[in-house]
Amino acid sequence: MARIQPTPGTDAADGRGAAKGRRKAVRYAVPVAVAGVAAATIGIGSALASTGDPDLPKISAQDLIAKMAASDTQQMSGSVKITTDLGLPSLPSGLGLESGGGHGGKKGGTAASPESKLTELASGTHTLRVAVDGPDKQRVSLVERAAEYSVIRNGDDVWAYDSAGNTALHSKAPQRGPDGKREAAGTPKDLRGASPQELAKKVVEAAGGTTTLTVDGTAKVAGRDAYQLVLTPKQGESTVGAVRIAVDAKNGVPLKFTLAPKSGGKAVVDAAFTKVDFGKPGADTFSFTPPKGAKVTEGGDKDGKAGKDGKHAGRGDQQSGLTGALGLPGAGGDGAAKVTGEGWASIAQFTAGKEAGGIVSGKDRSALKDAGKNGDAAGKLLDGLGSKVSGDFGSGRVFSTRVINALMTDDGKVFVGAVSKDALVKAANAAK
Amino acid sequence: MSRAEPAGMSGAAPAAARRLWGLSLFRSEVTTVFRRWRTLALLGVLAAVPVLVGIAVKIETGDGGSVGHGDGSGPAFISQVTNNGLFLVFTSLASTLPFFLPMAIGVIAGDSIAGEAGAGTLRYLLVAPAGRTRLLLAKFTATVAFCCVATLVVAASALAVGALLFPLGEVTLISGTTVSFTDGLLRTLLIAGVVALSLTGIVALGLFVSTLTNSGIAAMATTVGLLITVQILDQFPQLSAIQPYLFPHYWLSFADLLRDPVYWDQLLRNLGLQALYVAVFGSAAWARFTTKDITV
Repeated sequence: MARIQPTPGTDAADGRGAAKGRRKAVRYAVPVAVAGVAAATIGIGSALASTGDPDLPKISAQDLIAKMAASDTQQMSGSVKITTDLGLPSLPSGLGLESGGGHGGKKGGTAASPESKLTELASGTHTLRVAVDGPDKQRVSLVERAAEYSVIRNGDDVWAYDSAGNTALHSKAPQRGPDGKREAAGTPKDLRGASPQELAKKVVEAAGGTTTLTVDGTAKVAGRDAYQLVLTPKQGESTVGAVRIAVDAKNGVPLKFTLAPKSGGKAVVDAAFTKVDFGKPGADTFSFTPPKGAKVTEGGDKDGKAGKDGKHAGRGDQQSGLTGALGLPGAGGDGAAKVTGEGWASIAQFTAGKEAGGIVSGKDRSALKDAGKNGDAAGKLLDGLGSKVSGDFGSGRVFSTRVINALMTDDGKVFVGAVSKDALVKAANAAK
Repeated sequence: MSRAEPAGMSGAAPAAARRLWGLSLFRSEVTTVFRRWRTLALLGVLAAVPVLVGIAVKIETGDGGSVGHGDGSGPAFISQVTNNGLFLVFTSLASTLPFFLPMAIGVIAGDSIAGEAGAGTLRYLLVAPAGRTRLLLAKFTATVAFCCVATLVVAASALAVGALLFPLGEVTLISGTTVSFTDGLLRTLLIAGVVALSLTGIVALGLFVSTLTNSGIAAMATTVGLLITVQILDQFPQLSAIQPYLFPHYWLSFADLLRDPVYWDQLLRNLGLQALYVAVFGSAAWARFTTKDITV
């Protein structure tokens, strides 16, 4: 507090200009100091957050995987931050992945379908809130601006609720196995039921040929001590640089999953708990009654997927950890697709039909005439996206993202994989 | 702030007198603000927004249709308004918060010092033995009081219209869980409080701008112009690095109070950011005002 307040009239005339100037400078220093302290606090805060790796006893990769497999954590809740940067070109609005939806894939008032929400997760940063209480009660919420999209499973009922459109989707949970144990999504059939140690051994064996497994120090994730498991592909043609999984040192729950591309730069997928609590979530967390006036759609068997998808997203970090560890080739493997190569270098091959190939190559633009202007625009867009390649197989176009590359030949064959362009061309040549 | 200030005089009596002056100064500031026709007009327009929104929704859904074709477009929460009138409060706050409310605050805050200077009444205010710091504090508190009143006017008007046109009852939070109406009302009050506090940053900014000039209209225009500029900057994804430090960035986080469990991250960040703006621009206004030569 100042001793003397300047008084109009006298202060300017008292001739103590230097003193006045000094006081002025001191006073103006206050806001500058406040701003400086705030900036320093923010800076130190983020610097502190990235240091202080915890001191933990050494552990081998195999033991760590055994620990993950032995983890019997049934109850947890927390927030997950997912940042994805697949390197997909940003498409002009209207031509987006959910064309016609305009925004968030909410097409013309249809129900809250989880599939469209999952595509939203494919780019940018999102916050998910997760709660799990045993095999029968799960909840995943996608936190949006002033809205939320939730998938809630309570016993046999699976609800998806979209607060922005006030729509809900109801379906029955997929039947569980007779032993009442939840099927771990992404766990291969032949491994199911094996003891944790056996499972870990098999994972290491399965990964052994194609992956180097190491434990690379420790980290703090969501305030918990964790080991860092690193999986590095051995195959040179893989575009994946490394997968890092932070595993809780106490209970073996994966807390962070990072997929780095070989080309360097930002991680392609970075999913980590920002807050995690292994206590029992409140029972009302899993109860859902559709609000009055909400548009409720009953899902049939086909929509039973909803629950599984939700579950998958919720346990995403954990399951994708395992899936990643196994280098599962079957990710895109529908019945029609043929998979060549193994582990990280697997390439899925399927036929898109001649017309599609023609559209891509630009030879058969007339096929698009019916589709009108939009199709034409899409054709031009494809021209801009793909780069032309040719080889023994003929010619085609390569579409690349930061990890996944796809080759579409003029005769309509598609080769997709997390491998380099050369490997795709080689695969196409081999398929000829 | 309660340190005795022996400015020529000494002892506790003048300090007490100053405190008393400060209090009466605050009282007189509040009455000045709320007696002005422009303040009442602003409040009237703010109260009219929920009425318009409510009637528009009522007419659109009169034939049983859903709001905005049920695809989630339009202002936040608007699709729930027909089922629960309480949501009209949230919709109205969400639609007035980006521009209308802060513009009203900008008008009041920008006018507070510069308007007095422009009208030639500032020097008379300074004659009172309360000191410039206290006068500035009184101006700040009076403007914050206006923030609260403006927010409450929007909320109360929306609640009244919502209760008249739509049913009230149990509230389904945006996470899908259902809470009782009382709980919902409690959250509404909390939200109104958070919205009012969200506006303190622009109060401090407006007050600082107001100390820079002797023209009330220039101060108002600058404050509102700054608001619009910052709101535009907040839209560009290329500027995402600085956006967390822009004062309107977390404004819509009040909706996080409607999640279950409440998602505190952004709410706390918003309040922290507002506190930072108040500290920086409040002290800047103090530095400027207490060293400024008042000639008019």
